[in-house]
Amino acid sequence: MTQHIRAKSDIFTPSGQLQFGVFFQGVNSGTIWKAPESGSQTDFESFRRIAQTAERGLFAAFFLGEGLRLREHLGRPHALDVVGRPDAQTMLAALAAVTRNIGLVATQNTTYNDPADLAHRLASLDLISGGRAAWNIVTTDNAWTGANFRRGGYLDHADRYRHAEAFVETAKRIWHSWETAAGPARRVVHEGQHYTVDVTARLPRSAQYRPVLFQAGDSPEGRNFAARQADVIFSAHPKFDDAVEFRKDLVERSVAAGRGANAVQIMPASEFILAPTAEEALEKKEWVRSLQIGPQQAIAYLEQFWGRELSSYDPDGPLPEIDPVVEETSETRGSGFHGAKARQLADQWRAEAKDKGLSIRQFVTSKTARIDSTFTGSYTAVADQLAEYARVGAVDGFNISPWLIPTGLDDIVNHLVPELQERGVYPTEYRGSTLREHLGLDTPVRSADEAVEPVRA
Amino acid sequence: MTASSTNRAGFLAIELDGAGWDGADITRAALAAEWAGFHAATFTDAPAPGRANALQRAAFAGPVTQTIALVPEVDTVYTEPFHVSTQLASLDYVSGGRAGWIVTAAESPEAAAAVGRSSATGVALGQEAAASIEVSRRLWDSWEDGAVIRDVVTGRYIDVDKLHYADYETPADFAGAGYSVKGPSIIPRPLQGQLPVLAPASLLGEVPVVAVDGVLVSAPTAELLGAEVRDVRARVGASVAVIAELGVVLDSRGQAAAARSAGIDGGRAAFAGSAAGLTDFLADLLKKADGVRLHPASLFVDLEELGRLVLPELRRRGVLRPVVQDGTFRDLLGLDRPASRYATAAAAPAAGK
Ligand SMILES: Cc1cc2nc3c(=O)[nH]c(=O)nc-3n(C[C@H](O)[C@H](O)[C@H](O)COP(=O)(O)O)c2cc1C
Repeated sequence: MTQHIRAKSDIFTPSGQLQFGVFFQGVNSGTIWKAPESGSQTDFESFRRIAQTAERGLFAAFFLGEGLRLREHLGRPHALDVVGRPDAQTMLAALAAVTRNIGLVATQNTTYNDPADLAHRLASLDLISGGRAAWNIVTTDNAWTGANFRRGGYLDHADRYRHAEAFVETAKRIWHSWETAAGPARRVVHEGQHYTVDVTARLPRSAQYRPVLFQAGDSPEGRNFAARQADVIFSAHPKFDDAVEFRKDLVERSVAAGRGANAVQIMPASEFILAPTAEEALEKKEWVRSLQIGPQQAIAYLEQFWGRELSSYDPDGPLPEIDPVVEETSETRGSGFHGAKARQLADQWRAEAKDKGLSIRQFVTSKTARIDSTFTGSYTAVADQLAEYARVGAVDGFNISPWLIPTGLDDIVNHLVPELQERGVYPTEYRGSTLREHLGLDTPVRSADEAVEPVRA
Repeated sequence: MTASSTNRAGFLAIELDGAGWDGADITRAALAAEWAGFHAATFTDAPAPGRANALQRAAFAGPVTQTIALVPEVDTVYTEPFHVSTQLASLDYVSGGRAGWIVTAAESPEAAAAVGRSSATGVALGQEAAASIEVSRRLWDSWEDGAVIRDVVTGRYIDVDKLHYADYETPADFAGAGYSVKGPSIIPRPLQGQLPVLAPASLLGEVPVVAVDGVLVSAPTAELLGAEVRDVRARVGASVAVIAELGVVLDSRGQAAAARSAGIDGGRAAFAGSAAGLTDFLADLLKKADGVRLHPASLFVDLEELGRLVLPELRRRGVLRPVVQDGTFRDLLGLDRPASRYATAAAAPAAGK
């Protein structure tokens, strides 16, 4: 059995190609809203503009994230960053009408959805878009999101991925329950610890058989889960050495999961700051950073960890000498930070900032700006850099977060893409009409043990 | 609204079920309905084979249409109210303020089994619907208008004083499993402020009249529909739109309606006959109801007849409201754009300054 599956190949072979996705971020500190040319974060026109530009640049996918409770800061909604975003699948269904080829990826968590309902809605998006839908599977690691849902914060941290796995298996069985493309569907029954599902699929398979599966999450459990279930990982490892390391790790895990070395593609989160020359690009970076981390953002960032108001501190001065209020730092702020470590972290940070001679603002910029994920430089230099990723197969592509809406992809599409095409590492046309085809993924095969009772209509 | 207005002209909605899930077909159906002069398109949702998600079909139709209101049915019993609220708000964004919501309460053992819940019946259905409407309305109001301030000087993207926790709890006598929803929403207030909410008359009672903007009225036969509309009007008053539900099968392409009427839903009042006959029938019905939702037996066949023969004649007779360019669904229903309930509370003390 294992032998048979292993035949798929234990050896990773780089495709030598890159693909791009665009991550339209709804809630974040990276999207500049202070510049005069910054557009609306919620108007449909912004989404249309970005999606159509990406499609002009032959991007494989358009991504939307998800967050189901507003972040808080000192007990109130966080006021400084971009916040507020439409429901991913509703927005993507609308974008399907104004695009032809680009994949449409909805981030949807497994904790606050029902598998049968989510599988149906994703199948629906997949059919409406002609086989372009994908699901970026996330697990939402905070219980306070539960306060917005019928089930409440019902899932233990430790249980997240066990639950996610059963959830995804159930969704796959629903999508695979068709005897033929047109039907009939077999009944799918799942009785688990967290939920029971008894359903007959209502929609047939799409042009790409079923939605493509992305996964975002970085813990060992998350990586194993991706190695077993996902087609693509939305990773947090864009730096070259780190990316190569991550690839090795993932290849090992996907081979161990019996899926072969090339089973899971990798697309790290990334940011591009480009210009005709290196000097101009560096200047642009200064400007971008100053708008991302203003004085208020810098203070607020420290306040999250100090658990107290620090507005009397000078953003251009040293880190606060007072200690954090330990009891008041808690996960409900969405920072995922644990109070007990606050004092230790404050000491460490003060030492680090003093060592490097950094002001509050400089220090916070160094901690928060997407330092690891930023490619800065001239179009040609960055194209050379990316070509090297393609040559060794460090990644399969990049998931780009534009720092300006809605024009943030323009220079990438107009200048970087042609440079990459010249180097032969970027597509010159869409390979087909489905996302699965763009990514060069195999059609999923239904395993025999997924067979369940056929339903008599 | 319309009962008190001098203009007795009504509106027509068409149910687009039957267009399928293919994007090209959804576009074709929505555009045909818009060109025919319909004021609203509705999208049925029920756990039946072959039907894509209603809200997504409506969203797909958003960017390809200009004026027609897009109104999906969305269940309240086996869904998460928080998701429903943000999905509908998003529909309002992608349609430029033309979204509405037909509230349904699925009495469906299949829908219950699919999500692992026991099936709700009787009073519980109305209670689920009422709770879900209240959650959505609170979440839509939870960002006041103008909460996104983008104030460069203070560095604030939003004014947190304009964001509010919904803090909804199901009432003590709630028949299903009680729950609470914290809020605020994750999306700014919908373009219309509040989406118009329509519900079938059968849910009224548990769903209070003040919670809805329109009521869908059904009768077993076309003859009984007018009387039923009058009864419901008496119950809900003039401020709620009364919308009659009517199945339609027309003589078409040399085929008599009678020969085509096999496809018609048995439980709903239906008109089968000539376009001229339907025109007279609707002209009369639109005097009693604010609007009529037509359920064509065969979408594209009947839609063509309706657009060619029925709507132009109704318009000529002055019984159809004009289609308003760049109008919202609220505009169509004659509803003002309401202030957020939380803004009113917060503004009171400030007004004394
Ligand atoms: C690049 C990336 C993007 C993510 N985007 C989202 C998102 O949009 N919504 C969300 O709820 N979680 C998102 N996550 C969080 C993951 O779902 C997961 O909850 C988190 O990484 C913790 O899981 P882990 O312990 O496996 O890392 C993202 C994670 C990564 C690495």
